[in-house]
Amino acid sequence: MNIGIKKKPRLNRIGVFLCHCGINIASVIDLERVKAAISKYEGVAFARDYQYMCSEPGQELFKEACRSGSIDGIVVASCSPRLHETTFRRAAEEAGLNSYRVEIANIREQCSWVHHDDHEKATAKAIEILAGVIERARSDEALVAPSIPVTKKALVIGAGISGMQTALNIANSGYEVILLDRQSSIGGHMAQLSETFPTLDCSQCIMTPRMVEVGQNKKIKLMTYSEVEEVSGYVGNFKVKVRRKAAYVDWNKCTGCGICSEKCPTKVKSEFNQMLADRKAIYTPFPQAVPNKFVIDRESCIYFKRGKCQVCLKTCPLKAIDFEQKDRIEELEVGTIVAATGYDLYDKENLEEYRMGYCPDVIDSLTFERLLSASGPTGGKIRRPSDGKIPEEIVFIQCCGSRDPENHFAYCSKVCCMYTAKHAMLYKHRVPQGQPYIFYMDIRAGGKNYEEFVQRAVEEEEVVYLRGRVSKLYRDNGKIVVAGVDTLSMAKVEVRADMVVLAMAMRPAWGIEDIVKKLKIQVDANGFLAEAHPKLRPVETMTQGIFIVGCAQAPKDIPDTVAQAGAAASKVVELFSQERLSREPITSWSDEELCAGCGQCVEQCAYQAIEIDPKKKVARVNEILCQGCGACVVTCPSGAMNQKNFTVKQYYNMIEAMV
Amino acid sequence: MTDIAYMPGCTLKTSGRNFDETTRKFLELFGVKLNELPDWCCCGTTYSLASDNLMYHLAPARNLVKAAESGSSKLLVPCAMCYNTLRRAQDLILNDKEKRDKLNDFMDKEKTKISGDEVRVMHLVSFLKEDVGFDTIKAKITPPPAGLKAAVYYGCMLLRPNEIAIDKHPEDPSIMEKLLEACGIETVYFPFKTECCGSYQVVNEKRLVVSRTAEIVKSAFRNGAELIITSCPLCYFNLDAHQEELSRGVKYFNTVPVMYISQLLALLAGVVEGSNYSLHAVDPRPLLRKKGLLA
Repeated sequence: MNIGIKKKPRLNRIGVFLCHCGINIASVIDLERVKAAISKYEGVAFARDYQYMCSEPGQELFKEACRSGSIDGIVVASCSPRLHETTFRRAAEEAGLNSYRVEIANIREQCSWVHHDDHEKATAKAIEILAGVIERARSDEALVAPSIPVTKKALVIGAGISGMQTALNIANSGYEVILLDRQSSIGGHMAQLSETFPTLDCSQCIMTPRMVEVGQNKKIKLMTYSEVEEVSGYVGNFKVKVRRKAAYVDWNKCTGCGICSEKCPTKVKSEFNQMLADRKAIYTPFPQAVPNKFVIDRESCIYFKRGKCQVCLKTCPLKAIDFEQKDRIEELEVGTIVAATGYDLYDKENLEEYRMGYCPDVIDSLTFERLLSASGPTGGKIRRPSDGKIPEEIVFIQCCGSRDPENHFAYCSKVCCMYTAKHAMLYKHRVPQGQPYIFYMDIRAGGKNYEEFVQRAVEEEEVVYLRGRVSKLYRDNGKIVVAGVDTLSMAKVEVRADMVVLAMAMRPAWGIEDIVKKLKIQVDANGFLAEAHPKLRPVETMTQGIFIVGCAQAPKDIPDTVAQAGAAASKVVELFSQERLSREPITSWSDEELCAGCGQCVEQCAYQAIEIDPKKKVARVNEILCQGCGACVVTCPSGAMNQKNFTVKQYYNMIEAMV
Repeated sequence: MTDIAYMPGCTLKTSGRNFDETTRKFLELFGVKLNELPDWCCCGTTYSLASDNLMYHLAPARNLVKAAESGSSKLLVPCAMCYNTLRRAQDLILNDKEKRDKLNDFMDKEKTKISGDEVRVMHLVSFLKEDVGFDTIKAKITPPPAGLKAAVYYGCMLLRPNEIAIDKHPEDPSIMEKLLEACGIETVYFPFKTECCGSYQVVNEKRLVVSRTAEIVKSAFRNGAELIITSCPLCYFNLDAHQEELSRGVKYFNTVPVMYISQLLALLAGVVEGSNYSLHAVDPRPLLRKKGLLA
């Protein structure tokens, strides 16, 4: 990467412009004296001053100097480089001078403004600042920004609401998207939900049209029943190997008629219905599946276990069953990757203090959603799993695993307060004579119409809210005794419930570690995908071209997820809007003569931009991935790492010139 | 014969004699000889949570000194209270150098300085599981011919805090159930097995403890237990001593005899001596005779 950077003599024709900035600089610093001092300085071709360098005439002066061809570089002594560095560099580029040969000496924020009461010292300091920056400019390289092509195709991993929405947004902007999921249908957890807060509109009713839209969008290619196998490359140019899992059904032929499933003799518990109902060994997770294609679950299929049966093969009118099918690997080339891997609920077995009460009627919140759902195993009637009885007294326990740093997780799962209020409300609608109780720690109802929703549960629906924790559950005579405390009345409370619903903490989806390793992105302390900046870069990762969205990043509700999907899609589109990606040329490079190949820089690099050349055993910086942060430079024990135009040598020269 | 250091504690020398005697007799069957620590003293009874007052840790620490001097690599402790204070004091001495040095300086009359890793303090049940083995025990035992349903009561001292718990699931322990089931005893579902027995509140708030006893014994009875098994002398006392009063005062209260785990194990192994049934408030003999365990 060090091509073009050879040791050269210092530049000897530096032009210096001094800006008055109206009175901002000129009223404090004696620019005439500065000019006189600097003119005599080695390597300076000329020094001029002007009232406003950033104005049109000022810019023209600057460009003229660039065009003259009699100078190697320019130093502008003015305000902070954060304000006008880009302005001057662009002007230089236009006038034919390499823009990386332009440096800014900040004599306003760091000099005239802070030393307005001591003109003498301010002037002396301005001379010193200039001396340093001129010295730096004398060793500046004429850098050329590298550019790379962009494959204008995105891969979205995970096809729940976050992935679907991201894919739709990208596709509607005119770019191709591959939407991948390990399940055979898109839809994710949202397809499992009943009504949604705070409007109580049915999840399936708002979800399925969107699923169909995704399925029919010509720009979206669905890759369901698939897993990411390997990822290589970098922004704009990722290569992804995808394992298309064997469905044992030829999806080109399958029309989803369902005859095979009807005739299949094997029943197993349905994961989609949270084990409350059965499915067949050849199945789609739910009737509205997109794509509506069947898969054979090899673990439970009689043919795969005992070599006999093949009822599906015999009954399929389209001869789509193929027991010989094998997993196949497909290779993709994409420009960006969006991780929309979602969440799973924390397993209730982890709540040891409730274990003694566990029975089929103590369920987690997602299972309760299936009981509420009109398309669920009970057709939306709330019947408890053990005996189908309608529960007369039901207890909801919030924060199961959340906000418990000592035993489980420190974070708040964010949506449980709201969906528990919804659960209790829907229960009350369907079992008007029943009594719901909610044990809570705090009610966190921040969100549009959320607080009103909770108040409605309390005031109109007569849900009993008890502020306190439940210490124990146990079974007694067909009931579940919920032993807790109400900290507002300071009383021990015991509810003999027919059913208990645990609002389990949300965790990153199972298998996330695997995706993280393959994408080489970072996770936070709880295993959720880490964003590049918690406020200003919420959907980006530290790896360029890889974005995160939805509950993969942190627990969040549907509106937040959809909004974030928009954000991630716009980031993808921003990349795709360029023909070639132009990269900042100020990157690190390693001097092969000095590098010992210790690899400390590789560990330090947050962008996976450095690798050790296996043959030469020296560090190699990928200048496309390098962000120019400089972490490797300070880490390198042998001084082999340097950053272009920020070399250690340049700094020594600057210090020498200043002191 | 394996020799191992042994700390009975005060209760096992008085009202808990049955626990002491049957533990010794039972372990003899497996070639384990218990060498009582010479000059053992009070265990401290409850572990002090005051971080700045080391005085309270001197009692368990002094016993650990005796244990270190015994040369044994293990110290067997049947009493749950002793086990708790000794294990926690040991953890403190092991992990906090400053406090360890202070305690050692304080005990300058003792010949031995301790660092906390001299002996492994083991509760009887852990010892039976890890050193003797449930299968070995099973081989020495004749299960009760007529069956027996027991509720296992752990209390708190064997389970709290997590670090010293004798079961890896302190909220829902099962180590003693597994031991009894290996011996052919049926153990019942018993959600109150870790419920507080009221502990030393028996001294100043007897009514509170009586109400705790009522809840715990009722739960055991409702779930079909004929016998309650424990390994804590204080739990034993609280559960056993108040049943008489409850059966007189409370309608539909059924007494359930309480025994130490070692008492039952010794009986199952055919060792009849060691238990003094006059120490029981609820006499277990009628049950034991019915089950063919006593003549």
